[in-house]
Amino acid sequence: MVKQKARYLTLEEGGFATLLLATVVLCLIIAGRTFDQVLAFHAGVVAVASAVGAFYIFRRYFDGEKLRAPLEIDGKPNYNFGPVKVGAWLSVFWGIAGFLVGLIIALQLAYPVLNLDLPWTSFGRMRPLHTSAVIFAFGGNVLIASSFYVVQRTCRARMPGEILPWLVVLGYNVFIVIAGTGYLLGVTQGKEYAEPEWYADWLLTIVWVFYLFAFLGTIWRRREPHIYVANWFYLAFIVTIAVLHIFNNASLPVSLFSTKSYIVWAGVQDAMVQWWYGHNAVGFFLTAGFLAIMYYFIPKRAERPVYSYRLSIVHFWALIFIYIWAGPHHLHYTALPQWASTLGMTFSIILWMPSWGGMINGLMTLSGAWDKMRTDPVLRMMVVSVAFYGMSTFEGPVMSIREVNGLSHYTDWTIGHVHAGALGWVGYISFGALYCLIPWLYNKKLYSLRLVNAHFWVSTLGIVLYICAMWVSGIMQGLMWRAYDSLGFLEYSFIETVDAMHPFYVIRALGGGMFLLGALFMAYNLIMTVRSKESEETVADTSGLVAAE
Amino acid sequence: MSAWKKHEIFEKNSLILIIGIVIAISIGGLVEIVPLYYLKSTIEKTEGVRPYTPLELAGRNIYVREGCYTCHSQMIRPLRDELERYGNYSLAAESMYDRPFQWGSKRTGPDLARVGGKYSDQWHKDHLVNPRSVSPTSVMPGYPFLVKNELTTRDMKDHLELNVLYGVPYTEEQIANAKADAVAQAMPDSDAAEGFEERYPGVALRDFDGNPDKVTEMDALIAYLQMLGTLVDFKLYDEKANLR
Repeated sequence: MVKQKARYLTLEEGGFATLLLATVVLCLIIAGRTFDQVLAFHAGVVAVASAVGAFYIFRRYFDGEKLRAPLEIDGKPNYNFGPVKVGAWLSVFWGIAGFLVGLIIALQLAYPVLNLDLPWTSFGRMRPLHTSAVIFAFGGNVLIASSFYVVQRTCRARMPGEILPWLVVLGYNVFIVIAGTGYLLGVTQGKEYAEPEWYADWLLTIVWVFYLFAFLGTIWRRREPHIYVANWFYLAFIVTIAVLHIFNNASLPVSLFSTKSYIVWAGVQDAMVQWWYGHNAVGFFLTAGFLAIMYYFIPKRAERPVYSYRLSIVHFWALIFIYIWAGPHHLHYTALPQWASTLGMTFSIILWMPSWGGMINGLMTLSGAWDKMRTDPVLRMMVVSVAFYGMSTFEGPVMSIREVNGLSHYTDWTIGHVHAGALGWVGYISFGALYCLIPWLYNKKLYSLRLVNAHFWVSTLGIVLYICAMWVSGIMQGLMWRAYDSLGFLEYSFIETVDAMHPFYVIRALGGGMFLLGALFMAYNLIMTVRSKESEETVADTSGLVAAE
Repeated sequence: MSAWKKHEIFEKNSLILIIGIVIAISIGGLVEIVPLYYLKSTIEKTEGVRPYTPLELAGRNIYVREGCYTCHSQMIRPLRDELERYGNYSLAAESMYDRPFQWGSKRTGPDLARVGGKYSDQWHKDHLVNPRSVSPTSVMPGYPFLVKNELTTRDMKDHLELNVLYGVPYTEEQIANAKADAVAQAMPDSDAAEGFEERYPGVALRDFDGNPDKVTEMDALIAYLQMLGTLVDFKLYDEKANLR
């Protein structure tokens, strides 16, 4: 490599190198002084990751790499797609890992011997691993990668910073590793979907601030007057997740050298804060963020403009305003005062409308292009995803009604509902986005549309098996709990209801296995896409995607 | 100028868009959460609810660590079948010292809010080591390692101090003896047991796991399970005074 002339360390390089080296020192102090083996292990992981990061920054400097990549080449934006590629591949990896853990815990419920009687393989530790792996590792990487792609394309500007985007993608995945290994080793806050302990929470907070600035910085450089609708949703997702994360994880550690923390909120208030967070993790992580994906990738793939600009304005503001109220519907009939759960229920029912506003906007974008459903399985996957979104955002408000919830709560019906949204909506829109992104990023033609078709059908059948099994087992369990015999006694003991679940747990595992199989088809297809020699001549420019007016 | 045109201000200024988003998402959360802190009716007035002893607290932390909440709720709803199956509906007061709350969201196994006193210590031990030994078709994982693992009590004092910071009423004596009390509660014949009885009058003091040689994680977890839902005497509880 021809070395260029020496140059000064840029402020960005120097700043991040200092931050990383300071992290190394802090982690080494913690690792050296703690009695807690898990904390020492995690501090070691972060120290090594930070040291490697600092090493790359200095290597880049000493190799005399250009001070700054050009913002434009021949008048066209010089997009920074490296971090997008890494994020996309990581999401494929975490997706398969998360689905696999899901399959394992599904089988554990059918065959408890699979818990192995070991601490780190028992259901109670594996279940948070599954939920975090699919929501935060798979979903999070899809969101970060797609948002970096979409915001650059729709703003027609290169992302700010050379180190910053890498720190976001890689730092986020270090957080994932810390969180996931922590659960298996017994480090958890015990709050659903917010299990990572205090130090992992701090790591995520820092990465998230960088994420906001990387995203906003691109918007500030935009060469379009309007901020495209997908970016509103990404921005709402990033900002709101920050707010939710900070308040729901407001905890203090027992000491700086302990993994254990206690949350500030207690009892009934903690329950309220937790489900304010929990339901809006659904609302802003799994909905707003993925709606942003819908708003870019469906119009792009269908080559049609977004159906209605006005509808997107109305449903955007309505969705984010109303969603935040919905949390207490998780706490019907509990010790939470009834006024709060009634508010949650009321807004959950109203929420049906803005949710379907998004669905209509996504589906109607296909106007005049419905024939592509026959020929393009990638588009079909995304359209079916929006249909699943519509279905689960109808089911959700129904289940939020107090009397319905009295039956459905604590049963598998909830699990089925979640998976209709997670597998159908979030999974499919992510797969669609990945099937688009990888060929675009590598300038290649997708290896096999027939394989996409196979993926679509095997996982659709899997989802149907999954959610039907859970509907039946959930409603049956709810009814068995409240069944009385002719003498006025409870008809079933608890264990009888557990026995009745068995066949449905087997069917559910089968469905989950099929979904995993589909994801493996996708991984093979994407790898072969990159390895193929065939390149797509032109990757269409984003000009068709100016803010619809 | 049409109203739609006015929306341009959000589409052209990222900071105004962010401010709009923050306002939109703040209202619901504030309205639902803040009143829970100043409405006095939120937490019922009861007799008997007390902070956890160090051993119970350690047991509770094991309950959290093993993710028991992923299959067991601790929240009995005021529905006829639940009252008959599990006992009196749960009060907010009963979890007022719970950090984090463990009401749960799924009953793959039964509710545990009032499991205290329903089974013997020996049953709990057998059940936790191998659930199928007492309930042949149970799908619960076994936790045989709990009887082997010695309970970590090194930083018990720090745990109590942090809880005091949050307003949990531990006395100075209780804090100072936190570590000794964690051991003493499971060692009824030890010298420290007397001091424990003074600091925590009326609290169960016995060898929970049937192993007199050491205090294990099983001791702590059973101590916690056996006190769940037993603090409030519902013969004395005034339901009408706490209507809300």
